[in-house]
Amino acid sequence: MEIITFIAKKLLWLIPTFFGITVISFTVMHLAPGEPMALQANFNPKMTPEMRERLRRAYGLDKPLYVQYARWLKGLVTFDLGRSFSPDRRPVWDKIKERLPVTLLINCLSMLLIIVVSVPLGVAAAVRHNSPFDHITTVLVYLGYAAPSFWLALLAMILFGIKLEWLPISGLHSLMGYSAMSTMEKVMDWARHLVLPVTVSAVGGLAGLSRYMKSSMLEVLRQDYILTARAKGLPENRVIYRHALRNALLPLITILGLSVPGLIGGSVIFESLFAIPGVGQLMWSSVMARDYPVLMGNLVIVAVLTLLGNLLADIGYALADPRVRKGIEGEQ
Amino acid sequence: MKGLLTSALIALIFLLPALNEQCVLAGTGPDYGDTIIVGSIGDASILIPMLATDATSHEIAGLIFNGLVKYDGDLNLVGDLAKGWEISEDGLVITFHLRRGVKWEDGVEFTSADCLFGFNLITDPKTPTAYAGDFKEVEKAEAPDPYTFRVRYKEPFAPALSSWGNLVVLPKHILEGKDITKTDFGRHPVGLGPYRLKEWKTQERIVLEFNPTYFEGRPYLDRYVMRIIPDPATMFLELKSGGLDWMGLNPIQYKRQTNTRFFRENFKKYRYLSFSYTYLGYNLRDPLFKDRRVRQAISYAIDKEEIVRGVLLGLGVPATGPYKPDAWYYNPNVRRYPYDPERARALLKEAGWADHDGDGWLDKAGRRFTFTVITNQGNALRDRTAQIIQWRLKQVGIEMKIRTIEWTAFINDFIDKRRFQAVILGWTLGQDPDIYDIWHSSKTGPKELNFIGYKNPEVDRLLIEGRHTFDREKRKRIYWRIQEILAEDQPYTFLYVPMSLPIIHKRFRGIEPAPAGISYNFIRWWVPKNEQKYIMP
Repeated sequence: MEIITFIAKKLLWLIPTFFGITVISFTVMHLAPGEPMALQANFNPKMTPEMRERLRRAYGLDKPLYVQYARWLKGLVTFDLGRSFSPDRRPVWDKIKERLPVTLLINCLSMLLIIVVSVPLGVAAAVRHNSPFDHITTVLVYLGYAAPSFWLALLAMILFGIKLEWLPISGLHSLMGYSAMSTMEKVMDWARHLVLPVTVSAVGGLAGLSRYMKSSMLEVLRQDYILTARAKGLPENRVIYRHALRNALLPLITILGLSVPGLIGGSVIFESLFAIPGVGQLMWSSVMARDYPVLMGNLVIVAVLTLLGNLLADIGYALADPRVRKGIEGEQ
Repeated sequence: MKGLLTSALIALIFLLPALNEQCVLAGTGPDYGDTIIVGSIGDASILIPMLATDATSHEIAGLIFNGLVKYDGDLNLVGDLAKGWEISEDGLVITFHLRRGVKWEDGVEFTSADCLFGFNLITDPKTPTAYAGDFKEVEKAEAPDPYTFRVRYKEPFAPALSSWGNLVVLPKHILEGKDITKTDFGRHPVGLGPYRLKEWKTQERIVLEFNPTYFEGRPYLDRYVMRIIPDPATMFLELKSGGLDWMGLNPIQYKRQTNTRFFRENFKKYRYLSFSYTYLGYNLRDPLFKDRRVRQAISYAIDKEEIVRGVLLGLGVPATGPYKPDAWYYNPNVRRYPYDPERARALLKEAGWADHDGDGWLDKAGRRFTFTVITNQGNALRDRTAQIIQWRLKQVGIEMKIRTIEWTAFINDFIDKRRFQAVILGWTLGQDPDIYDIWHSSKTGPKELNFIGYKNPEVDRLLIEGRHTFDREKRKRIYWRIQEILAEDQPYTFLYVPMSLPIIHKRFRGIEPAPAGISYNFIRWWVPKNEQKYIMP
């Protein structure tokens, strides 16, 4: 019961936070110099001042800022994010929708890869603290973290795409003959195209999570109950994977919760390099073109996900850790 | 007018045997089939020409839609959907005679009603188009019969003819009564050009397929695929791995990175002067640059050849005025400014600038000659150009500072507010010599393009005369004179005209570089059967 009021309270808090975010974003966005018509109108000799005014009116930019915001908000309440200011004037949601799946897919795969690699790595480094293995892996993951990802990506493309000819360089699937492939072949084709982007984007994330895992594991290993477990004569594997790991994974929940918005964030650099039609590129081009509706649409989704991620992390924590749960009950 | 048509005919006569000759050499006639895969940095935005503002959209839409007129390889206006046209004695009325039997993709015949519809749409205040300017000069447009389209102008307007390209031809039977900003026509266009849109995956690729009933005969290549690869380095790697047939190179790629056996065996490189130039423009309101001798001196102090060598690796030519050197209206005899630091110093001295206090910098009335040049961020060529100029100007005692600014802020806060002393920028040129918008003294208002504030009564008069003159020889004389005056006044130091550097797979035949570039005869490119790479089922 307490947990429900706890969630309800948290949820209620989300509403003002969310509106705060939209107000601030909306204002800041309009503070940036330039207007949406800039790309069409600037330096175009055929553009007359009347036409410029006409476009401003068509976009509703002639109204005061609060009217524009109210208008946008009204749309949002009816789940209408409006239409893009770019020449195609497509609905914002259509534009975001067609890009979301790819970005989600790549980010989830890369997140998964990071977890699968860095959890065992962190544990192993903690168990063998200060050993050569610990030092070498530390150096390696930090190299991965420090190396500019675009550089790594280009090196990987040259090596695997051109020198060895093992993998395709860019795109999501083969251009020619793709429609004639069987489902299995299509999956394989996608997989071959995804290896490089997923791996390269995971490399940078290994350092953070594996170091987190290591320190959290070290912390746990120092606890009395581990000593007790060892004193009981339990085999070392059982001590580490049963008793220690479970507790060490707790902080991970928070980190995963916080990375939820990152899952749709997408990265401009990656998407540009690998020619992946994702959200990152859309966001970037709409910032450059001052395409306010698309920007706001994107921000809304990111804001909602961030808030949800935080909430999920709180709840997950509460469910997983009796101490936190106790704390909530204590509050009552 | 007659001159135009005749030269078009002559061009045709020369083109045809050339094509035949090539076929004979290859042993067979041109074959049909194969696909060309083109790399592009940006995606198209909308495939309705009058609403599109980006190059990619126009490139794709140009293969789907035709206009009444078009430019041929030598920049002559020739008929396209119009077989021919007449211009009345007073230059006010243009009558287009349209081709018969041209069909839209859905089988409906193209008629003058489609032109009238397009014209009404582009001049409709509700249409968010950036191109209505030229059409505001039209007093009346009418379609007396299905194959005649007539426009009457308020006053003679020479660039008028070229404005009847593919901006205004749209299928009335599909679009009538619809809100152009809300239809999905821009994503699923119905055209009448050599190709049809087959598939468009946002930010991924655009696939075009040949139009079997195209009125000039079906194009030889079955498909045109544009892959969107935003990163130039990736695009080059794709080219190297065989994933692309056609991309534009930068000077380093052209000169160095494609000089390998692989590229020589598989690709052919082309080069031609692009429709653009880069300049150093002076804010003529700034007291520093009011004196013409100062501007001339700076032009002498800059070594343009050196910039072409250093920045473009020799793949460009020094500019002498606002046109590219292979255009018919280019005047090769204007005053030039070869690198001559002595002359620069002398001119500056005449203008009162000398190193009186011996600190190495010029000064006048106790003030040092120093100014800031601004340029937009993200253009490495302009950055490097600025640095070379900075170094050269230092040698004559002028201190130049460089500031790069993000594009939108650059335009809004600096150019539009006239808060700049000098600027390094470029202009893209049209095929028509009209440059009224950039040089006429009435165009110095906010947001207008004569932002340096150039005012010269003779240029003003000539610019208007040039717009009212249809005769090519007379026009040429007018624009020659304008170039002479600009060269004398040096409101800009015209720096260079860069080259376009496309690389195309060797299997494509029929590519003939001309002043217009290479894509003007794209529908006549072909691949011999035994070399075709992408065989369609």
